[in-house]
Amino acid sequence: MATLELSVDEAAAVSPVRRTRRLGLLFWIAIGWMTFVFALAAFADLLPLPSPFHMDMLERRAPMSAEHWLGTDGLGRDVLSRLIYGARISLIVGLCAPVIGLTIGGALGILAGYFRGRFETLVVGSMDTLLAFPPLILALAVTAYLGQSLVNLTAILGVLGIPAFMRVARATTLTLARREFVIAAQALGASHARILLRELLPNVFLPLFAFFLLGVAITIVVEGALSFLGLGVPPPISSWGIMIGEGRESLEIAPRLAFIPAVTMFLTVLSFNLVGDTLRALTDPRQGAL
Amino acid sequence: MMPSVPQSVSSDFLLRVKNLVVEYPLGNKTVHAVSDVSLDIARGETLGLVGESGCGKSTLGRAVMQLRRPVSGKVLFDGQDLTTMQGDTLRRMRRRVQLIFQDPIASLNPRRRIGDIIAEPLIISGVKDSKKREQLVHDVLAAVGLDPQLVIGRLPHEFSGGQCQRICIARALVLNPEFIICDEPVSALDVSIRAQILNLLEEMKARYGLTLLFIAHDLAVVKAVSDRVAVMYLGRLCEVGPSEQLFAQPAHPYTALLIEAIPVPDPDVRPAESVAVGEPPSPIAPPSGCRFRTRCPRADQRCSDEVPELREVAPAQFAACHHPLIGAA
Amino acid sequence: MTGPALLSVEDVSVNLPTPRGNLRAVDRVDLSVGAGRTLGIVGESGCGKTMLSRAILQLLPKKAMLSGRVMFDGEDLVRLDRERLRKLRGRSLAVVFQDPMTSLNPVLTIGTQLIETLQEHLELDGVAAKMRSIELLAAVGIPAPEQRLAQYPHQLSGGMRQRVAIAIALSCEPKLLIADEPTTALDVTIQAQILDLLAREQRRRHMAMIIITHDLGVVAGRTDEVAVMYAGRVVERAPTPDLFKKMRMPYTEALLAAIPKIDAKPHTPLPAISGRPPDPTRPLKGCSFSPRCKYAWAQCQIEKPRLEDADSPGHQYACFRPLNTTAGALT
Repeated sequence: MATLELSVDEAAAVSPVRRTRRLGLLFWIAIGWMTFVFALAAFADLLPLPSPFHMDMLERRAPMSAEHWLGTDGLGRDVLSRLIYGARISLIVGLCAPVIGLTIGGALGILAGYFRGRFETLVVGSMDTLLAFPPLILALAVTAYLGQSLVNLTAILGVLGIPAFMRVARATTLTLARREFVIAAQALGASHARILLRELLPNVFLPLFAFFLLGVAITIVVEGALSFLGLGVPPPISSWGIMIGEGRESLEIAPRLAFIPAVTMFLTVLSFNLVGDTLRALTDPRQGAL
Repeated sequence: MMPSVPQSVSSDFLLRVKNLVVEYPLGNKTVHAVSDVSLDIARGETLGLVGESGCGKSTLGRAVMQLRRPVSGKVLFDGQDLTTMQGDTLRRMRRRVQLIFQDPIASLNPRRRIGDIIAEPLIISGVKDSKKREQLVHDVLAAVGLDPQLVIGRLPHEFSGGQCQRICIARALVLNPEFIICDEPVSALDVSIRAQILNLLEEMKARYGLTLLFIAHDLAVVKAVSDRVAVMYLGRLCEVGPSEQLFAQPAHPYTALLIEAIPVPDPDVRPAESVAVGEPPSPIAPPSGCRFRTRCPRADQRCSDEVPELREVAPAQFAACHHPLIGAA
Repeated sequence: MTGPALLSVEDVSVNLPTPRGNLRAVDRVDLSVGAGRTLGIVGESGCGKTMLSRAILQLLPKKAMLSGRVMFDGEDLVRLDRERLRKLRGRSLAVVFQDPMTSLNPVLTIGTQLIETLQEHLELDGVAAKMRSIELLAAVGIPAPEQRLAQYPHQLSGGMRQRVAIAIALSCEPKLLIADEPTTALDVTIQAQILDLLAREQRRRHMAMIIITHDLGVVAGRTDEVAVMYAGRVVERAPTPDLFKKMRMPYTEALLAAIPKIDAKPHTPLPAISGRPPDPTRPLKGCSFSPRCKYAWAQCQIEKPRLEDADSPGHQYACFRPLNTTAGALT
C-alpha cells in the first residue's frame, strides 16, 4: 500500500519555485491611510487640537497658518480639528451600521439558504419589501419622527443594509449547502446548529466580510450625503458631510473648505474598497490549485 | 416458496429495503427517481448497484441513509426501520451507516484542517477525551495509508483527488461503522489511482468487517469489488445476481447492452455496433410497463402493458423481464 | 502510414508560468496523423494532453510560451497570422470538447449555432444553411431535426448535445477533427453510440482524427495509432495492436493492468500503480515515471530517456528498461 509522499522529491527540481507578490503597494498604502485615520479619530482627545466647537469670529475663513493648520471655516472653527472629530463620526457610523447589517442580515441569509422552504420565502419577501422603500425617504421619515441623533442615524442605516447582507449570505449558503461536505456532515449525524456553525459559517464569513468592507465605504458616503442635506448628525457635531455642506457656501472664496473634507472622505472610502477587494481575492481557499 | 426478494445465500441481513419509492417535485412535475425497489444485503457482503445516469442509484443510496426521505417503503437496518426514525434516534443510527461520495475534494470542508474533519464524527458522537480522539484519528489515517503527522494540520486543497478520497474513507471509518454506502467513489479519480482506492476499500472491508453497498456506473469496477450486483434502469431494478454469473450470463437485455457497450482495452475485440437505439427516457414521464421497452430489441405489447416483476431465472439470479435472455418465462 | 502527414507536431513544448513556479505542461512532443487515420492520445490528468490539443489549435492561454512547429497541411500554425488561423479553425480544423454543456452557447438555439458556422465558413445563405443544418443533425442521429433547430442546449440530453457539437464540428467538412475526451461525461451506452458515430463520419469523409482520452478501452478498437503521454512527454507511441501486444514502456503496462477487466474474477486485488502522478511544477531530473516504476534503477533517476525506435515500424518508446527486450525488464 502506498504511503503518502508529501516530502519534496530528492531528485531535485529543475526550475525554482517563485511566488508572485500578492499584496501590492497600493494595498499597504490603503492600510496605512486607514490606520492613520483610525488613530487620529481614536486619539483625538489627546492631540493638541483646538476645540472643534470653538468659534473665533475674527478669524473666519482664515487661510492655513501655524495656529490653524488647515485654516478655519465660515464660523471661525478650526478645520483640522473638525476634520478629525468628523472622522470619528464617519467611522462610528461607517462601522457600526454595517455591523448591524452583517449580523442580522448575515444570520437571516444563512438560515434562509440552509433551511429553505417557507422560512426562506418569508425572509426573502420581507427583505424585498424593505428594499422597495426608497432609502432616503425612509431615513428622512425616521429622523423626522425620532429626531436626529447619532444613534438613530446608525440604526436606520444599519437596518437599510440588512437586505444586501442577507442576499450575499443566502447566495453563498445556497451554493455551499448543496456541496457534498455539508451532506457528509448530515450523514454523520451532525445537528443543524453544528452544521451551520462548523461547516457553513467559516465558508460564508469571508465573502460576507469582504462585502462588509464595501458596506463601510458606502455607509460613509451615505452618512456624508445625509449630513450634507442636513439630515444626518445634528449640529454642532462635525462630520465630513456637514463640512462639505457648509463649505458649499464658501466655494468661491475658500474652496478648500469643501474640498478638504471631500478628499479625505474619498481617500478613506477608496482605502476600504481596496482592502476589501484584496482580502476577498486572497482568501479564496483554492489559491494553491493550478 | 419462491422468495420474492432477491436474497443471498446467508440469511443474516444487515439491510433490507422494501418497496422503496422516492419522488421529488421538479417545477410542477414529479421525478420518479426510485419506483418500488426491494433489496437485501447480508452482513459482510458487498452489493454492487450499477446503472447509468438518471437511473436513481445515487438517490437510492441517499434514501437508504434518510438524507432524502422516501415517499413510501421501508428501510430495515439491523431490524429497525430507518424511515420512521427522527432526530436523535436517527442520528445515533447514522453512526453505524456511513457514506462516501463521488467528488472527494468537494466532500471536505475547504476551511477545516484534516485532523478536525476526521475528528468531527467522534465529537458528534460524544467522544469527549481529546487524547483518545487524537489516537483514533491517527490510527484510522495510518490504516488508509496516510502519514498522520504530515496530514493532520493541512487543508484539503493541498491534496490530490486520490489522497482526499483516502481522507474521506478515513472519516467514514473512524466511528467503526458496520455499513458503508460508496456512491461512485472512484469515478472522479484517475485510472492509476482508482485501482489503489479499490484495493484500499477491499482491505478496509476485511479489516473492519464491513458490509458495502457499492454504487457505480462502471461495470468492470463494480464487478471487481462486489459479491452480488444489482442493475437499475430508470428507477427500477432490472436484474440482481452473483457477480460472475450475472456478467457471464446476463438475463436482462439491458444488462447485456451495458456489458456490450464497455470499451475493452484489447485491439482484437471489435466494438460491436450498439444494439439498442436512442436515449434513456426522462424519469419525469417513464414509459408504462417495462421502462426499458423503448430501447429494447425484444419488446412487445406485453412489455408495454405489464410491469415485469423480479423473478428467479437462474440459481440466485433474478431478472425483471418478460423475455429474459436465459430461463425464458 | 499512407501518404504524408496532414498534421505534424514537431518538437512542441509549452511552458506556463504559475504562482507556484514554471509549469512545463508539454515537453518536446512529436506526433503526426495522416488523412483518414485516427490517432489516440492517452494519459491521465496532468499529463499534458489537453495542453497539447490547445497548442495544436493555437488556443493556449496568453501567458503560455510555445516552442516548436505545428505543420498542418503544409502551413506552420504557430507562425500563422490570426486571420488565417481563424479561417482554418472551424473549417479545416475542428474540435469536439468534453462537456457539451459548456462548449455550446447556452443562450443561443442549436439552429443559430449551426447556421452561424455554416454562414461564416462556407458563406451559404440563410435558406441553404438551414437545409444543410437539418441534414447534418439527421446525419448525427438526432431525431426530428427540424424541431431541434429551435431548441436550446439545456433542453437536450447530454448525448444529444454532444451529437450537436459533433454536427457543428463536421459542418464545414474539416480535414482534421480533434475530439478531446468526447465521451468522458457520457453514459457508457451513449459513449458507444457517439464513438460509432465519429468512426462512421471519419470513414465517410476520409478525415484525420485525434481522440484524446484517459480510457485505454476507447482507443483500443477505434484508433490506428496510439501515443501514451506522461508528465508532458510522449512515453510510447505505436500502431494500436503493437501498443497493446508488444508494449515496451512500463507505464503503459501498468496503466493497462490497473484497469478492472470485465472478465476478471471479483475480489482479485488490482495491480495498482503506487504513488501519484507527478507535480508538473516540480519536474524530476530523471524519468518522470521512475518513482512509481517497479523496474526503475539508478540510471532512470538521473537521466531522462529519449524516444527510441523499437524493432517494429512506427513504434517508439522512452525507457531505459523497456519490457520484453534483452536490454530491459523481462515480463
